[in-house]
Parts: sequence; C-alpha cells; structure tokens
Amino acid sequence: MSRRSRTVVFAAGAAVLAAFFALAVAGLPPFGNTDHPYRDLAVAASLRQSTANVVSSLTFDLRGFDTLGEEMILLGSVVGAVALLRPRPDEKEQNRSRTETNQSVALIAYVFLPLTLLLGFDLLVHGHLTPGGGFQGGVVLATGLHLLYLSGGYDALRRLRPLAWYEWVEGFTTAAFAAAGLIGVRNFLPRGVVQQLFSAGTVPILNILVGFAVGAGAVVLLAQFLTQAIALEDKDD
Amino acid sequence: MSAALIVVALLLVAAAGTAVVATGDPARQAITLSAYGIVLSLLFLVLQAPDVALSQIAVGTALVPLMVMLTVRKTKK
Repeated sequence: MSRRSRTVVFAAGAAVLAAFFALAVAGLPPFGNTDHPYRDLAVAASLRQSTANVVSSLTFDLRGFDTLGEEMILLGSVVGAVALLRPRPDEKEQNRSRTETNQSVALIAYVFLPLTLLLGFDLLVHGHLTPGGGFQGGVVLATGLHLLYLSGGYDALRRLRPLAWYEWVEGFTTAAFAAAGLIGVRNFLPRGVVQQLFSAGTVPILNILVGFAVGAGAVVLLAQFLTQAIALEDKDD
Repeated sequence: MSAALIVVALLLVAAAGTAVVATGDPARQAITLSAYGIVLSLLFLVLQAPDVALSQIAVGTALVPLMVMLTVRKTKK
C-alpha cells in the first residue's frame, strides 16, 4: 500500500470516527447534572449491604463477577510476562558484587518503606469503608516493597523477597476468588453496622483476597523485569 | 469554584500529556509519564473519584514508569 493510499484510508476512517464521536458526545447528558439513575440505584443497594464505600460495594458485591474477569486479566498478564521474560537456557543469574547505593536515596527509602507498607495495609483493610481497596492496596504494597531495592540494593531485595512465596500467594488467592465466583458466592455473611470495621459481609474478605492477589502478582511481574534488567546484565559486560 | 478547579486540572492534564508526547528519550519519558500520572490523579480527585485517583497514583506514577525504566535499561545495552 502506497503512502498516498494509506493516507486516504486513514482520512476516511478518521472522518467517520469523528462524525460518530461528535454524534455520541452531542447525545450525552449535560456535564455535572443531578440526574444519575445508576448512582441512585447503586448507592441505595450498597447502603442496604452496609458498605460505606460504594465503589467497593460495586466491585466486590454488586458486580463481583466483573472483578473475577479482571483478576483473570491480571493473572494472564503476569503469566505472559513470566513466559516471555524467562531467561534463555544459556543465560545465568549472577551474584552481583555489592553495588554502591546513594546514601541519601537509601535513607529516604528506609524511612518510606515502613510508611508505604503501612499505607498499603491500611488501604487493604479499610477498602469497604474509605477510598481504596484490594487493588490499590495491593499495588502500593508491591511497589513499596521495592523501596528495599533503593535502600539495600538488588541483593537485599532478593534475599527478603522469596519469589516462590509470591507465586504461590498469587496462584492460591486467584484460585480462591475464582472458586468463589464459580460456586456463585453471594454476600452471605452478616452485614453489620455501616461504617464499622466489621461490616459489609464478604466485601472486606474479597477485598483482602484481591489485595494479596494483586500485590503478589505485581511483585512477580516486577521480578521478571528486575531479573532481566539487573541480574542477567553482568554476563555480557 | 469546583468548575474552575476542573478546568485547571484538565489544562494541567493536557499540558502534562503534551510533555509526555514531546519527550523523545524513553528513559526521560518514564519521568514525564510519572508526572502525568500525578496530574491525572489530581483530575480524578477533583472529579470526586478518589478510588480511581489512588489506582492512578499506584499504577501510573509508580508501577508503569518503573517497568519502562527497567526495560530501557535492558534494551539500551
């Protein structure tokens, strides 16, 4: 296909897209109006379930099955990254000699490591009460753990992060969530009083389960990139 | 007041997004992408979506730029 014909095809496609997009935008309800039928239904439903954070009620109760699908997307991308980034047979991980870490960076990382992990657990445990939840908490925990790399270097990270554990946690928690979805678990636990720590029935349990799945998944994912970028690097030098 | 905040946040997102596109070197782009993530999470916060803002900070500001930088380090050799 010549450059000219490609441009013609693109222009035709872009014109059609622009026309339909303009039509769709023109048909939207005005920005910031008060008429939200879905909000009215969702807020009422999550209050019936004693879940203070309506978003958590949606993701783990009213539309929990969608979250199962998202779990599978995460699992698929982690498995894909592990398969694609596995070391070649002739590549070997090398024990790196101690690398110099910038002391001020290491200090900041030492201070923020416990704070970030605490924040991650806080997001996880209070997901049904305040903004946050399993996904956000899991990613904060996983990225916070990698402050170890900034403070103690790659060796410290590798020693304090037994990767096999994270692989098992990712597998078990995803399997548990899938099992709950397949046998059709509904919010069967007592819902308690709204805004209490022990409320919302199964929402906090699924929240924590997803938090561990996401956190472990992100750690396994990052570990593949770290191995490729750091551990296998020395070989060619 | 809040309409003005939304306009400011939208303009910031447009500026930060342009900065990401205008950055040529992928290693530097990871940094502008990270800044873009913070600005985008501000927009979500102004639009009263704190849950989405938290996801955006965790994924867009920390996780993705980190993966980009590690990939750049591996492929640049």
